Amino acid sequence: MTVDPIRQFQITNLLPMATIGGHQIAFTNSALFMLIIVVSVSALLIGATVPRAVVPGRLQSIAEVSYEFVANTVRSSTGNEGMKFFPFVFTLFMFVLFANVIGLIPYSFTVTGQLIITASLALTVFFIVVGYGFWRNGLHFLMLFVPKGVPIYLLPAIVAIEVLSFLSRPVSHSVRLFANMLAGHITLQVFAGFIIMLAGFGVLGWLGAALPFILIVMLTALEFLVAFLQAYVFAILTCIYLNDAIHPGH
Amino acid sequence: MSDGTRENGESGPAHTDEAALSARLQRLGEGLGRARGHAVEPSGGRDEDRATTASGYARGFRLSSELVAGVVVGAGIGWLLDRWLGTSPWGLIVLLLLGFVAGVLNVMRSAGVAADGMPGGGSPPGVEK
Repeated sequence: MTVDPIRQFQITNLLPMATIGGHQIAFTNSALFMLIIVVSVSALLIGATVPRAVVPGRLQSIAEVSYEFVANTVRSSTGNEGMKFFPFVFTLFMFVLFANVIGLIPYSFTVTGQLIITASLALTVFFIVVGYGFWRNGLHFLMLFVPKGVPIYLLPAIVAIEVLSFLSRPVSHSVRLFANMLAGHITLQVFAGFIIMLAGFGVLGWLGAALPFILIVMLTALEFLVAFLQAYVFAILTCIYLNDAIHPGH
Repeated sequence: MSDGTRENGESGPAHTDEAALSARLQRLGEGLGRARGHAVEPSGGRDEDRATTASGYARGFRLSSELVAGVVVGAGIGWLLDRWLGTSPWGLIVLLLLGFVAGVLNVMRSAGVAADGMPGGGSPPGVEK
């Protein structure tokens, strides 16, 4: 029984597909779980909206609650204008939420524990913000980097700092989600390893193993909170960044 | 309308019942509209604060990642500029320092110490700037 806490993040090729330029393109366990996430989100939302009942059933309530939740988030941080980005934010939120929650099932794979996944999501948001900002506001979008009421001799330094601060957004946006999932899963695995090690010491070990076991139960509850909270934080930061594209410079 | 009036007749009380109900619905709708009116305004970074104060663990993670992101991006851009322009080591030094400043600015913004959102001075959230 190995208790290597990093092994759960290993990518394995399940089905080799093709070789492009010396790189093997394969259907990996990561791809499999992304497929599972997309299918389960779609199944939930399609299945929930088929009845179209005035008084929603259980499934329909879930869909309605998640819609309302994300819609309120988008509206409160970007105003009604930002609602055109609702489908995007909703997709991101549901994908991240399902990735986090499905990752908590034992023996499953945590897609959001891979930096490349969260980085691509954050970069998508970043490029949409930049692209939409320039498309909508033209060069006025650059006023984002020029605060009002700054003395002219401080302006070059301030603009450089603002640009760096803007460029660091996708980094912190992606690393936060990734680090939370990685740290949480490693912690769980390490404490689970303690149980196995202590159980090897006989009766006294069994008594000792109860301690990390209780802790792991509490940690699992915390991880569920973190899974939801990080999906929410990811969505709300997306909204805040989109708000800058819609109303730059204020 | 109470149950007592319903027993008296069929159509009359039911009619007033409906009228009362629709009046109540209208009042509720107006109230909701008023309440929503406040919420609809874009509030910038305020929600960010609310989201993170939900758990100190998440808050700590958020602030540290903001600082690290600023420093890493500053150092990375400085290093790349040095490689392209051959200005080593000045690009790295200057941009690393600027990266630190940007990181601290990020942290202060997400902690709500500095004016939230991107520049805009001290006008209160919810006001169209």
